Amino acid sequence: MGSGTGKNLNLKLKVWRQKSSKDQGHFEELDADQVSEDASFLEMLDQVNEKLVLQGKEPIVFDHDCREGICGSCGFMINGAAHGPMTETTVCQLHMRNFKDGETLVIEPWRAKAFPVMRDLMVDRSAFDRVISSGGYISVDTGNAPDANGLPIPKPDADEAFSSATCIGCGACVASCKNASAMLFVAAKVSHFALLPQGQVERNERVLNMVTQMDEEGFGSCTNTGACSASCPKGISLSNIARLNRELFVASLDQKKAAEGDGV
Amino acid sequence: MSVAAVRPFFRTTIGKKYLMGFTGLVWAGFVLSHMAGNLLILVGADAYNKYGHAIVTSGILIPAEIVLVLSFMTHVTLAILLTLENRKARGSRYAVSARGEKAASLASRTMAVQGSLILVFVILHISTFKYGTYYEVVVDGVRMRDLHRLVLEVFQQPGYVAWYAVCLILLGFHLSHGVGSVLQSFGWKNDHYAPWIRRISLVYGLVVAAGFLSQPLYAFFMAG
Repeated sequence: MGSGTGKNLNLKLKVWRQKSSKDQGHFEELDADQVSEDASFLEMLDQVNEKLVLQGKEPIVFDHDCREGICGSCGFMINGAAHGPMTETTVCQLHMRNFKDGETLVIEPWRAKAFPVMRDLMVDRSAFDRVISSGGYISVDTGNAPDANGLPIPKPDADEAFSSATCIGCGACVASCKNASAMLFVAAKVSHFALLPQGQVERNERVLNMVTQMDEEGFGSCTNTGACSASCPKGISLSNIARLNRELFVASLDQKKAAEGDGV
Repeated sequence: MSVAAVRPFFRTTIGKKYLMGFTGLVWAGFVLSHMAGNLLILVGADAYNKYGHAIVTSGILIPAEIVLVLSFMTHVTLAILLTLENRKARGSRYAVSARGEKAASLASRTMAVQGSLILVFVILHISTFKYGTYYEVVVDGVRMRDLHRLVLEVFQQPGYVAWYAVCLILLGFHLSHGVGSVLQSFGWKNDHYAPWIRRISLVYGLVVAAGFLSQPLYAFFMAG
């Protein structure tokens, strides 16, 4: 790593270890020695895991995939903050230079009834998948791709929809919310489609179905603390939640239309 | 639109928050007008008592009380229900809580605790004043309740003043988060208005708390 600072850190980790969803789980104290300041948080864990494997011990299990901050696979709590102390950053993009030498880091999985811990720092987020399949889609004609600008969309709407669409579904919003509410996630998905002409066909059923599914999964309600948006690696704004509330209210008044839509 | 058509909305967590916000707003409006009326104590005993008498004799009292009691009960019931649901949704707690930019504000995190204390306060407050000693006075030839005398009497006791100060600051705190959150629950918010909503909410809480506080403080320090 030629361009880095070349400095190393020694850290104390208190990591949540849990064998399975049925296990009670406990904290294990581990040393992370000689960690490069240029390493990402996940690379630091890789280093710790290598040592554990060489010692014949079980490595720490955590979800990860692209390590570029765009897939939404990674994420856990560092000292009580989802994705660690930096804003708009996933743990894979969080660098060790943001920590101090000798610091103790408490590492825990997302905690929510709807996100059961599978093992160590890995949780089951399929509740999100079920919310998406209940309405996070649009109906499109199959065939050739339409012309790029065949469907006019005002630039502010396109920007706003894109900003909502940046949600990577990592679950940090649920994890950081004291009520384990999934409102920011659902709001981002509903907003993304509600703002675009392609989303109009299922607009009412979408919000009704997604909110119903969200409630069924056992997520809590929004108390407007803003912890979700503060923890969101994509900086999804709380205004999305206001839009979700608006969408649900309007769709509820217009339920007949939604019911007709169901029959199609 | 039939009742059956709206029922599913109020069964969702969002619908419950909507109702909670609406009933909260009824009370936010009431406390503001209550506070404004109370400021008449600074004008004089007669003005204060005449205002109270006008409300009691105007015929608005009973309908207003019905709306307020229903709103209060709905607000408290939903608060308990949602708090329990939210505790269940959270499951286990974290070993450490976030600090710095990712921490939620104290007012927003402790709404349930504030609300519980305000509930106790409201019950005691009504029994102290509405159902307190009934003094009488004649103002402009009209016999009416001398609430002014009772207020001055009650707030001669430092314990009462301190308890009121704590509860009224809490009420201000509750409003500073609540008023803005209502607009969020109703969906009347976007990034453009968000900073203004936050400011107005904060000012609302401050004005109500400061206005209400002026009464016990005036009674204790000036009228003793």
